[in-house]
Amino acid sequence: MGRYVIRRLLQMIPVFIGSTFLIFFMVYALGDPVAALFGEKAPDPATAAQIRHDLYLDHSLGAQYLHYMKNIFVGDFGTAFNGEPVLTLMGDAFPITIRLTIVAIIFEIIIGILLGVITGMRRGKPVDTGVLLLTLVVISVPTFVTGYVLQYVFGVELKWTSPSVSPSAPFNELILPGLVLALVSLAYVTRLTRTSIAENTRADYVRTAVAKGLPRHRVIIRHLLRNSLIPVVTFIGTDIGALMGGAIVTERIFNIHGVGYQLYQGILRNNAPTVVGFVTILVLVFLLANLLVDLLYAVLDPRIRYA
Amino acid sequence: MSTGGSGATDALMAPTPRPPGGDEGGPLLDVRDLHVEFRTREGTAKAVNGVDYSVNAGETLAVLGESGSGKSVTAQAIMGILDSPPGFITRGEVVFQGRDLLKLGNEERRKIRGAKMAMIFQDALSSLNPVLSVGEQLGEMFRVHRGMSRKDSRAKAIELMERVRIPAARERVKQYPHQFSGGMRQRVMIAMALALEPELIIADEPTTALDVTVQAQVMDLLAELQREYNMGLILITHDLGVVADVADKIAVMYAGRIVETSPVHDIYRAPAHPYTRGLLDSIPRLDQKGRELYAIKGLPPNLLHIPPGCAFNPRCPRAQAVCRTDEPPLYRVSEDRASACHFWKETLDDDSLPSPDA
Amino acid sequence: MPEPKEPIDPNEAIDPNQAIAPTSGFGGGMDLAATDAETLEKPPGEEQEGGPSAKPRSLWSDAWRDLRRNPIFIISALIILFLVFISIWPGTIATQDPLAANLAKAQDGPAPGHPFGFDNQGRDVYTRVVYGARASVTVGVCATAGVVILGSVLGGLAGFFGGWWDAVLSRISDVFFGIPVVLGGLVFLSVVTNSTVWPVVGFMVLLGWPQIARIARGSVITARQNDYVQAARALGAGNSRMLVRHIAPNAVAPVIVVGTIALGTYIALEATLSYLGVGLKPPTVSWGIDISDASNEIRNAPHMLLWPAGALSLTVLAFIMLGDAVRDALDPKLR
Repeated sequence: MGRYVIRRLLQMIPVFIGSTFLIFFMVYALGDPVAALFGEKAPDPATAAQIRHDLYLDHSLGAQYLHYMKNIFVGDFGTAFNGEPVLTLMGDAFPITIRLTIVAIIFEIIIGILLGVITGMRRGKPVDTGVLLLTLVVISVPTFVTGYVLQYVFGVELKWTSPSVSPSAPFNELILPGLVLALVSLAYVTRLTRTSIAENTRADYVRTAVAKGLPRHRVIIRHLLRNSLIPVVTFIGTDIGALMGGAIVTERIFNIHGVGYQLYQGILRNNAPTVVGFVTILVLVFLLANLLVDLLYAVLDPRIRYA
Repeated sequence: MSTGGSGATDALMAPTPRPPGGDEGGPLLDVRDLHVEFRTREGTAKAVNGVDYSVNAGETLAVLGESGSGKSVTAQAIMGILDSPPGFITRGEVVFQGRDLLKLGNEERRKIRGAKMAMIFQDALSSLNPVLSVGEQLGEMFRVHRGMSRKDSRAKAIELMERVRIPAARERVKQYPHQFSGGMRQRVMIAMALALEPELIIADEPTTALDVTVQAQVMDLLAELQREYNMGLILITHDLGVVADVADKIAVMYAGRIVETSPVHDIYRAPAHPYTRGLLDSIPRLDQKGRELYAIKGLPPNLLHIPPGCAFNPRCPRAQAVCRTDEPPLYRVSEDRASACHFWKETLDDDSLPSPDA
Repeated sequence: MPEPKEPIDPNEAIDPNQAIAPTSGFGGGMDLAATDAETLEKPPGEEQEGGPSAKPRSLWSDAWRDLRRNPIFIISALIILFLVFISIWPGTIATQDPLAANLAKAQDGPAPGHPFGFDNQGRDVYTRVVYGARASVTVGVCATAGVVILGSVLGGLAGFFGGWWDAVLSRISDVFFGIPVVLGGLVFLSVVTNSTVWPVVGFMVLLGWPQIARIARGSVITARQNDYVQAARALGAGNSRMLVRHIAPNAVAPVIVVGTIALGTYIALEATLSYLGVGLKPPTVSWGIDISDASNEIRNAPHMLLWPAGALSLTVLAFIMLGDAVRDALDPKLR
């Protein structure tokens, strides 16, 4: 197990370098961070050159990248163009997005799995067909549409919750945004659970459990669910990274000042250090979440042993 | 579906019904005129069409037939583990220790399953839960049916594993099914069936998935434990070699019906149904080395469209016009034998019948 | 990239030659390990294929027979045909100019000749909804075509030749999987000034191909291990013949299914990027742009949001439902 983890960590290195370099390339080579500083005005060439030098931008792209990564390792993510250290921005933004992600995951687990179990056990019944169609609709309607509609209905019309989230973003204000963020994944969790349950219901070991004279609830919980939820847990694990990166739309709709909001602002203003810094952390979260999922898999399914 | 055969069988295999509750005298299990059908998108498949058989305590009944003959479905109906839907029991009785199981409530049936009658499945690897340790799966029987503590049930599990001669049981009780060899896994299945010392065990092809060398060991173990506990055993198989060694009587099934019943030795000496004869002829024999192996021509019938008359007629070397129109009842051949063939007499007498390739 | 969360099992992906009859001898029948009940639940055809008279049925004709009877398939296919039609000839059902603005009528509700009302700049919402289909369908179809071609070629070759090429390709696709898609789109497209659909399509192909490559690779590897392919190899079939005759047909089904579903998600992605201001840009008519414009006015003029949002959702839904129906038809296990 230890050796497997080390091997996986080593394998992550090229992927990490590749992903971050790709983003770095897009921001620093395709865009022009210095021009962005001056906005619409044409920069004075001397000043621009000075800034380039200060920001290490007069070196080759590879050297810039190495310089940047070196700084990251000592915890220096650079300074946003408004003078704030990127690390400070992260300190403000990540806790909010993590809270939002937690709310979303809770929705996925509770509603997604519940609906999946219900439909999986009642395959072909009206409940099943209805929920299945509903999941397709939820998957099809883009987040920014559901977001506005739910915001309008619950925030503006019914006034159950405030339509936008206050800067401190407490949990109770994140319930609706969390649901919006979770919706598409929730639909996938429902479908995945349903398929898994439906497949396992016919499994030989479930028949054995029934033949052993176990009560129905024990057959379902201990034998059927324990096996069926393995792929679902895996999916939810990998979804953590995707949710955090995908919160841009949700955070924009509800005016939440989290990671997505900072990134969006950074990209619109071509604020290179902010964008690359945040993306680097997100890629890292994504890779680590995937590793954790693989390890979790081995815990849940004793047939899998990593050597 | 005609039930012309049931009268004959009743007289043959099932003595007069006893008042419910009574245990003595009658057979342990008495299946009467059982009908099961599967309602699928393509239509209704008649999987079991009037099966009668009985098993006494300490007795072994071998049920023989191809896949699709209804032998496993009958067993599932007896155990009460038929997938429903699509499977439905449309007629018949399953009298176990004097009670018709089909009339019991779900909870009563559940208490009988595992405790009074248990089942051994063919493929132990897929029939054991892959993510629970063997000890947990064995101990579960005691925890659920006997309300034992986790610790006591574990001790029982180890005891059971020793019982079926799994070496190093104390260590292996923590292991998972995939860590056992095929033969050891099947021993775990047997241990699980045996756990609560049931009166009846149904073994559905218990050795088919095993290596030939292991098959005999597992079969011997099963037979030995059966004698020891004086259990009734229904052995579902297609292996006629196994049958000869352990069974007391045989029921041959075809297209959801019993086509021949007989004490084990008589059937080998002289089958009374052309299908049984085909089965016997298709066993490779050392003394006929060099001769082409016999195979019954054609395929088992589609259960959605069972042929009229005798279901076997399209494949039968002896088929006549009557076979295509009249379904044969279960004719009484002797005191303890019956055959569902219009020409049972000819089949019985003629032992030089067509080796069709000759 | 929104992955297909229920990937089809490559094992289920299907061998047109399976109709070859098993031996019809008695022993063959007996050795089937299937319990009786399981045998019964198999789709028709499987059990009887052995018979000499049985008509060999391929996966495709079976699937087609299933699809023709599936109302979801018929409805979604009709919606898609309609969408394709109006994206080619929008003028047939919308006679006005989608760019003609009349500020005096800005945000007005429905009026005669303007069933969906007017937008912020007094343009006819109905006309814009009709013309918006073109951008969505173009992006969806072109991106899918690019992704499918690039992905199946790269993935198929990786699966077929394995080794070094496979390892490198897998690492590269890991890199693209590591980048959240909306984020990558924002970064990439924010520096592009070209306002046509092509940068958006290019970006989707760039980030989308690994998804198809993985599926193609998986099904090629599975197909390659099939006994009949091994046999063909033993008989001296050359590489190209193997790929075309034996392996490609097996990989096609899963790629088609995932491609159809992906087409829907690309349309949604285009709208999302346009909504965020980096996808298509005016004067291109796009549902995403219109939804973005409308989103600030949802309290005053909800009709501005509702119609393009509805059209977008219906389009995505049609493609996803189509993909779902095709998957069910091609994958008997999920019935």
